[in-house]
Amino acid sequence: MATETERLTAPPAPRAAAARASNPRPRLSLSGIWPYVFLLPFLLVFIAFFVAPFVYDISQSFYAEKHAGGLGLAPPKVVWVGFDNYLQAIKDPGFRDGLGRVLLFGLIQIPIMMGLALGIALLMDSAITRFRRFFRLAAFIPYAVPGIVAAILWSFFYTPTISPITQALQSLHLQAPDFLGPSTILWSIGNISTWEFTGYNMLIFFAALQAIPQELYESARIDGLNEVAIARRIKLPLISPALRLGLLFSLIGTLQLFNEPEILKNVSGAITPTFTPNIFAYNIAIIQTNFYYGGAIAAILGAITFIFSFVFMRFTQGNQR
Amino acid sequence: MATVPADIRETTPELKVGSERREVPIGTRIWAPKNLIGLGFLVVMSIYFLTPLYWLAIAATKDNTDLSASVGLWFAHFNLFTNLGDLFTRQDGVYGRWLFNTVLYAVVGGGASTLISVLAGYALAKYRFLGSGLVYGLVLGAALVPPTTLALPVYLLESKLGFANTYWAVLLPTLLSPFGVFLTRIYANASVSDDLIAAARVDGANELRIFWSIAVPILVPGMITIFLFQFVAIWNSFFLPLIVLSDPNLFPVNLGLATWSFDPAAHELLTRLIVTGSLVAVLPVIAIFLLLQRYWRAGLSFGSVTG
Repeated sequence: MATETERLTAPPAPRAAAARASNPRPRLSLSGIWPYVFLLPFLLVFIAFFVAPFVYDISQSFYAEKHAGGLGLAPPKVVWVGFDNYLQAIKDPGFRDGLGRVLLFGLIQIPIMMGLALGIALLMDSAITRFRRFFRLAAFIPYAVPGIVAAILWSFFYTPTISPITQALQSLHLQAPDFLGPSTILWSIGNISTWEFTGYNMLIFFAALQAIPQELYESARIDGLNEVAIARRIKLPLISPALRLGLLFSLIGTLQLFNEPEILKNVSGAITPTFTPNIFAYNIAIIQTNFYYGGAIAAILGAITFIFSFVFMRFTQGNQR
Repeated sequence: MATVPADIRETTPELKVGSERREVPIGTRIWAPKNLIGLGFLVVMSIYFLTPLYWLAIAATKDNTDLSASVGLWFAHFNLFTNLGDLFTRQDGVYGRWLFNTVLYAVVGGGASTLISVLAGYALAKYRFLGSGLVYGLVLGAALVPPTTLALPVYLLESKLGFANTYWAVLLPTLLSPFGVFLTRIYANASVSDDLIAAARVDGANELRIFWSIAVPILVPGMITIFLFQFVAIWNSFFLPLIVLSDPNLFPVNLGLATWSFDPAAHELLTRLIVTGSLVAVLPVIAIFLLLQRYWRAGLSFGSVTG
């Protein structure tokens, strides 16, 4: 995290240093306590709703309820089990099933969504400047729709009796596909995610493209580069921080997949209790009220998300230099 | 990026030679065949993005029979007001209660978390102090942990402390917004000048006064951006309320709609109310998006330049 901090603070530093040089500020003045006063509310919230929950969660994850008698007649006792819950989770086919599924999902859905978002952003940046406001708005509006409502909305599009897609295909005497079967349901969910988040990513990319100084393109045009070459050799490298950011958020979102499958469960039998890691954790901790095992699963899931983000940032940072 | 009419470029010979011609970006002619493919792509994508919402608006005007029997993308019997009436009177008007709760969570949680984040981000941007690097590292690290991951541990702690299933159970965790701290720090670095602060100090203003009367007015646009992001994040949240709340009177509208759709017995009966309820739940957020577009773009471009 240290190098990340330095990298982010690097650009404004010279100006700030110059300002300080012209207005030397004593380091130990009466204002010395003020930054801590300003930080206090945030730090309190951070400790109460970030540090404490994780510490409590992890401390609970080393316990389990055990029946002393073996026949289940005696009331269960809470006993220390060390890393047993973690070992159980790693070996649990349910956990692996969900994790494998979201990774497959990310491998297919993220590139499609990023490709669409980048395509729209590049077109709006160079070729199609007319109607730009309309296209930008159209793409971004789904992001305003709550994930739950988006899932409910698309579940109507997937339900044969109501679906306007099925209706349209039938009026053309075509067989409508089964959107909710075991082999298609994951991609039906992928479509919901793509619908919700393409515009969000597109706006991040578009904002970065618009920040590129126009002069950079002029020498390229003098050298006879066409728009495609300019996009590949100038635009893409320059907006790589935005691409990284979009990819990172998509990766985190994919590992957390919950809302859409949870809603589609109402209309599809293909959503199993182990469909995604979050659904698995929810079923163990909340439905089965096994806080101890559920706590361990939540901790592993948090660790996996953090490691993925961290590795991703390190890896892509290396590519930039 | 002004568009040069095609006829000028073709009929003015001197524009075809020399460097001036190249200053006109290739492809500004929207009706050129090459651009028509691009335009077609954007139109198809726009249809994809807007059709579900168009369908929702139409479907909210139908009764249950028309929902399955009539053409999905056009009106049948106009039943919107009956649907709205039934929506707001079902179960003693619980839907109105859900809307009220959602506004409460989003406005109070969004407002308080904005204030907390701005104070912290300002401190990180404008003071040098022991531990500032550590705090900033924690902020960045926390921004990478999604709320969904936090929700289960938060619930375990809340039920241990005995305030699960209360308004506080949903409100308090939303006060944490590392992204808001991150944005404020960038924004304050760029817009609140050190000279201004130094001048105020010379005039004898204390630090709190400098913050309130000098920094805050400059930071207002950034604060609106942070508030919007947090407002929408809370309005759209589902996982945390789902696990910490069991009393329907405390539900936000998302959770309420989801419980209606989970109810298999009533599902047939409720379909039109779920559709109408979804439309009503979406409209406020879309309205805010449309009204405050530039603040959204500001937030997103900050993220893209510095992320």
